[in-house]
Amino acid sequence: MRPVFSRRYEPRGARASVPDSGRWLLVVFAGLLLVWSVAQTAVTGVHDVHAALAFGALIALGELLRLNLPGDREAAPMATAGALAYALLLRIGDSQARHSAEQVIAVTAIAMIVGALPHLAVGRPARLTSMAARLLAVACVALVFRPLENDSLIGGKWWDELPVMLALVVVAWLVEAMVAALIRTEALRTRFVVALGDEFRVQLPVGAATGASALLIAFAAEVMGLAAVAVFAAPLLVTQVALRRYAGIRATYLQTVRALARSTEVGGYVEAGHSARVSRLSVAIGRELGMPEAALLELEYAALMHDIGQLSLRDPVPGGATVLVAREEQRRIAEYGAEVIGQAHVLDSVADIVRRQSDPCRPADRSQPPPLSSRIIRAANAYDDLVGSSADPSQASAAVERLRLDTGLEYDPRVVEALSKLVVP
Amino acid sequence: MGRLSRVAWLYIGVVAAAAVAVIVAGPFGGLDWVQVGALGLLLVACESSATLLNSRGLAWSANSIASLAAVVLCGPVGAALVGSCTLLGVRRGPSPTQRLFNAAMFAVSAYLAGRTFLLFGGHVGVQGPSAFPGVIGPFAAAAAVHVTVNFALLRGVFWLTKEPGTALGRLGLDTKLWLTDLGYGAFGLLIAAVWSVLGPFTPFLVLIPVFVARWAVAQFAAQQRAYEATVSALCQAVETKDFYTRGHSERVSRGSVMIATEIGMRAERVAAIRYAGMLHDVGKLGVPTSVLQKRSSLTDDEYRAIQLHPMRGLDIVREIGFLDEALAGIMHHHERIDGKGYPMGLAGDEIPEFARVLAVADAFDAMTSDRSYRGARPVPEAVAELRKWAGKQFDPAFVDAFVTAIERDSWTPPDPAPAEEPLFSPGVTFPPAVPPARDGQSAPDGTSDVSDMPTIESL
Repeated sequence: MRPVFSRRYEPRGARASVPDSGRWLLVVFAGLLLVWSVAQTAVTGVHDVHAALAFGALIALGELLRLNLPGDREAAPMATAGALAYALLLRIGDSQARHSAEQVIAVTAIAMIVGALPHLAVGRPARLTSMAARLLAVACVALVFRPLENDSLIGGKWWDELPVMLALVVVAWLVEAMVAALIRTEALRTRFVVALGDEFRVQLPVGAATGASALLIAFAAEVMGLAAVAVFAAPLLVTQVALRRYAGIRATYLQTVRALARSTEVGGYVEAGHSARVSRLSVAIGRELGMPEAALLELEYAALMHDIGQLSLRDPVPGGATVLVAREEQRRIAEYGAEVIGQAHVLDSVADIVRRQSDPCRPADRSQPPPLSSRIIRAANAYDDLVGSSADPSQASAAVERLRLDTGLEYDPRVVEALSKLVVP
Repeated sequence: MGRLSRVAWLYIGVVAAAAVAVIVAGPFGGLDWVQVGALGLLLVACESSATLLNSRGLAWSANSIASLAAVVLCGPVGAALVGSCTLLGVRRGPSPTQRLFNAAMFAVSAYLAGRTFLLFGGHVGVQGPSAFPGVIGPFAAAAAVHVTVNFALLRGVFWLTKEPGTALGRLGLDTKLWLTDLGYGAFGLLIAAVWSVLGPFTPFLVLIPVFVARWAVAQFAAQQRAYEATVSALCQAVETKDFYTRGHSERVSRGSVMIATEIGMRAERVAAIRYAGMLHDVGKLGVPTSVLQKRSSLTDDEYRAIQLHPMRGLDIVREIGFLDEALAGIMHHHERIDGKGYPMGLAGDEIPEFARVLAVADAFDAMTSDRSYRGARPVPEAVAELRKWAGKQFDPAFVDAFVTAIERDSWTPPDPAPAEEPLFSPGVTFPPAVPPARDGQSAPDGTSDVSDMPTIESL
């Protein structure tokens, strides 16, 4: 059953702390895996303590330096690469690596927890589901590859070993992406296929680098011994630093657009909180309609800035409610807003969304209808102009009813239905 | 590089001759040509995917991976040969002279790195299990020499061709790039080590993480550019409220960066002050348009509304995380050294450094651009005014820094305002040249016009 949100359709921060059933299942499963592997390892004894410590250190460091990829996805490329390399390890120097799959899982799990401790100490909560997904992927590889390698079922030359290892790395990547997509499907109420597509797009480059690095360490350890772990850590660090800076500037970008979008509120052009509410509602509708993540981001930018054109007005529209002003005026505001955004030359599609936000969903002259994002913003904006910051449910349904009267010509019926699902109890 | 001086030609010639000399002198005896070829290809791949660091063609590529792998696998002469493959890089941009210089530069750096590797006791060839960890010391020395020689030669050519915009230090990239290069260089050792296990398949596997890293760096750079473009576009939207201040934020930003660079601020702070300059006036949105565009005297209430704008600006940008110091600058950019400014009336060192920098750039741009009530002043006149008010209104140190920077790099004031109706500001009339002065408010020390400049003119 679909949970009812009424006006709380976007409890952004709340979700992370209350895992849904699927998340609990994953975390509990990972916990059991941890207990089982540690118990097994304790019974059989740790094979090659030095290697265990070296890889454990790399995994812990990688976990400590974890980063957020676009879309609030946690990743720890160094930790994953270290764990996969440990699972795929062939030889250290002259001696065959004979550690068991259980030992790989135990070392990985413990190192991940150690790496997460400093984060906990400074009050950043550990994201158990991402950690569990990473552990699960490593466990798959270890459980398949360790028995093969320890019983010498694969030949000793790189052309025998590499295809198997390559395939397993790809499998690990697929497992992590599928689990992440399942979690997102549940948490964000998007569609699995859409979520999986998003996951692949975001994770592909990092996944490729992680996998290749894991293979490199696994092979290099034969020549360089455990020094491979240290030498290898430096180059992957470069990737991780770049990605961190990228994530930082991305977050700043969104913060800045949010802040500057509020300039219309400070200027008295729109009601306080209008841009933020319209953007939240628009993104929720877009997700409901199955839009992919990249499009949602554009939608969010466009929704935040949809009123920027009002700055051209000498006198603010009363209460900022653009739904109440004449069509020509609306179009002029939209046109001007699009021109402002277009000046940046990097947000052209956002500018286009803003430009067409005031067009009716079925243009009278049978020209091209506006893009879906524009139709969403149009409906969300109209809804917010009618309801404002009020939390009265009867007002919400009255507003939706009014929008329904105009569907077909003014508002897109699909958009209004999605809106109705989100706001009417 | 444009046209080169004779000294610059001589310099390039010497570097090229050195490269040719070390390659021709050989010896070629122990060279494995498969290795040299494979590493040469790797270098061409790296060079072909160079990332531009600035608009004037300064680019960075991960060539050090291939060069340093060659140092270990093939020795100094082989490394020089691999380094010279830079000449074959497939990318648009460098002129034949630049290509030649780059190739020679990489050949010489690789050769010297190879010599260093031998000097520190490294053994050339495929590194077997026994080589580790002993090889790490010599390799680190070789990598450091490679990067250092590379940067030194590059600095030399910049210095001789007098490209101020491309000097590495100015970009604040010097140390960072050096470390990045060293980080990539570590892959060189990885190739040399894994070669004995994976053979010629090694470069393929190594290239993946490298190219992903490059992709990540490029993504970052693109996002940064997009960010700046967006901020600047949105600032222009704010400026449409007052037709006469079009481009003001951009120029204040530029001026502030000039001062900040001149007094040797760290790169991150320079970046922050650039944004502070762009955003310093967003609070004007809170001031009614009718007041901003008023042509007659301001009433007390209107004057108060104007005095609030730095606080309103702070309100808007407060949530932008990275700005910290810039926030203080935005809030206090109308304070005066003598304590007669607003909103807090801070004096002297109480005023945050960013605010004191912004105040100078802000006032200067206000003086050198058209206003509704008067035309722009020429730059020398504005400089004289800055000097005159240093110590009262402005921090003298920053005025000096700004004047020095302007004298060296020059300053382009805005074009005069076009005599047409602004496109999207219905109802704006062009006011006559009457300076708005607050009722009954004369300048603190009797002078008119300029004394109220920072309080009214540079809103």
